[in-house]
Amino acid sequence: MSVVSIKDVGKAYGRLRVLDGISLGVPQGKCLALIGHNGAGKTTLMKLVLGLIRPTAGRIEVLGADPAVADKAFRQQLGFLPENVAFHEELTGADTLAFYARLKGLETTCCPALLERVGLSSAAERRVHTYSKGMRQRLGLAQALLGTPKLLLLDEPTTGLDPVLRQEFFEIIRQLTAIGTTVIISSHILTELEARTDLVAIMREGRVVAYGDLDTLRRDAGLPVTIRAKGDAALIAHRLNGAFTKTILADEQAIEIGCPLTQKMALLRTLASLGEICADLEIRPPSLDDLYLHYSGRPLSSTAEQGGRA
Amino acid sequence: MTPILTFAAKEFRDGLRNKWIAGATLLLGGLAFALTFLGSAPTGLLDVKPLAVTVVSLSSLTIFLIPLIALLLGYDAIVGEAERGCLLLILTYPVSRLEIIVGKFLGHAAILAFAAIVGYGAAGAAAAWTGGGDAESWRAFAGLILTTVLLGLAFLALAYLISALVAERSTAAGIAVGVWLLFVIVYDLALMGALVASKGRIGAEIFPSLLLLNPADVYRLFNLTAFENVRKLSGMAGLSASVHFAPAVLLAVLALWSAIPLALAASVFARREV
Repeated sequence: MSVVSIKDVGKAYGRLRVLDGISLGVPQGKCLALIGHNGAGKTTLMKLVLGLIRPTAGRIEVLGADPAVADKAFRQQLGFLPENVAFHEELTGADTLAFYARLKGLETTCCPALLERVGLSSAAERRVHTYSKGMRQRLGLAQALLGTPKLLLLDEPTTGLDPVLRQEFFEIIRQLTAIGTTVIISSHILTELEARTDLVAIMREGRVVAYGDLDTLRRDAGLPVTIRAKGDAALIAHRLNGAFTKTILADEQAIEIGCPLTQKMALLRTLASLGEICADLEIRPPSLDDLYLHYSGRPLSSTAEQGGRA
Repeated sequence: MTPILTFAAKEFRDGLRNKWIAGATLLLGGLAFALTFLGSAPTGLLDVKPLAVTVVSLSSLTIFLIPLIALLLGYDAIVGEAERGCLLLILTYPVSRLEIIVGKFLGHAAILAFAAIVGYGAAGAAAAWTGGGDAESWRAFAGLILTTVLLGLAFLALAYLISALVAERSTAAGIAVGVWLLFVIVYDLALMGALVASKGRIGAEIFPSLLLLNPADVYRLFNLTAFENVRKLSGMAGLSASVHFAPAVLLAVLALWSAIPLALAASVFARREV
């Protein structure tokens, strides 16, 4: 059963269509990444899932309820870390977390352990205005984890974090999904997620242009594998005899060959049979950036139609 | 702790931290002390003026000061949270919007009540210690403190209504200043102008009701006419003959002045897009 199920959802503010025809499903214990440029509709989609706004079209079901009319018991099961999380600067980290714990109807005794978990124990008694960006994000994550939510939504949580902290974030998310928490995480940089998510939805101009696990997206994109062969570049190019797209590098010591995934092994066998001419091989599968650019840069087939309606 | 108490406690603690409470209490207390004891300065004697005089002068000053304090305290209660991004997060918690606005209002109300009761109460206690005032003057002084709190709540509720309506903090601040000018200065001038222009033809029926449409005037009416000995001093004896509302009516109107704007603020906030 899907914890989050979104069917043909649209959201418009007056004539401005922010979301259009979104359909997604996230099974329990899975992590979905929403990827897209700023303004692609990621935050709006999260607000819809949280029930902060109502869709103008379609249906959303979260944890078996309509989030826009759900009761307090529903909100009890949510955790949310907004983009640019803001806290009251004059409160200490511990007081801030205690305030949010009380709002969630929890005993404040759970707070020290949570602060420990996000690595803020030593700074708990300091006021928030002395915190760095990373520490604020940690505090934001701590409040999102209050009461062990069944659904956790993180809006651009890793933007501007250093790699170490990002790793810690993903480790905590991995632990959560392991105990059955469903996670939705957004980012405008696919590489930042380092293939840590089960599902990826790439959004563009309020639509989902690609949805599935990373392997599926790679296969559907059909991006070429890049093979760099070192050796006598000109001779290799000659032997390959017009097949594939080839770039001879400036020093003529190497050649880069773009090759469809299906013909990769054939090409490798050919190169191997060249003997001394080809001294070394380097195989580079399409990167996450390539993949993202492929999907997010692809012109929408219905752009004209959408323009006509808008 | 219920969400309402959690919000109220947080606002009160914020008031302690950012010195709002200390500032407002010292300001009100200082002025009350000055008005209670200063009359004797020229003679070189520390003499207490009659308490009834203090009630008159203190209420005149309160009319300017308390609305301003209340408006400044409350104008960013909603819009400020929305602009900082705190509101978005709080709304995902298991709390209703009504609980948020009522809780915050109670917290701010406690700040105002604390400042008025402690600030004016201290001056009153000092006056009592140096001896002075008959029983009725003391009732008038207690009435002054009570209505000062109610006046503060009325303008706090107006500030919340402004805060729930606008999209930006700066707009809220501007409107708050406008509301202060309107109720504290412009309204009375306009009323007086209308009286003069109509050569007093705005009759005895309409004029009193028009005073009820301004919480500051309701406050003035209560403090200057509710108690006999104050009435004599305030020069309102003539007016109170024509404009006579029972003190209980004035208190009820003042309470409505906080209840109605707050209810409106809550209903606007309930529909606000985040």
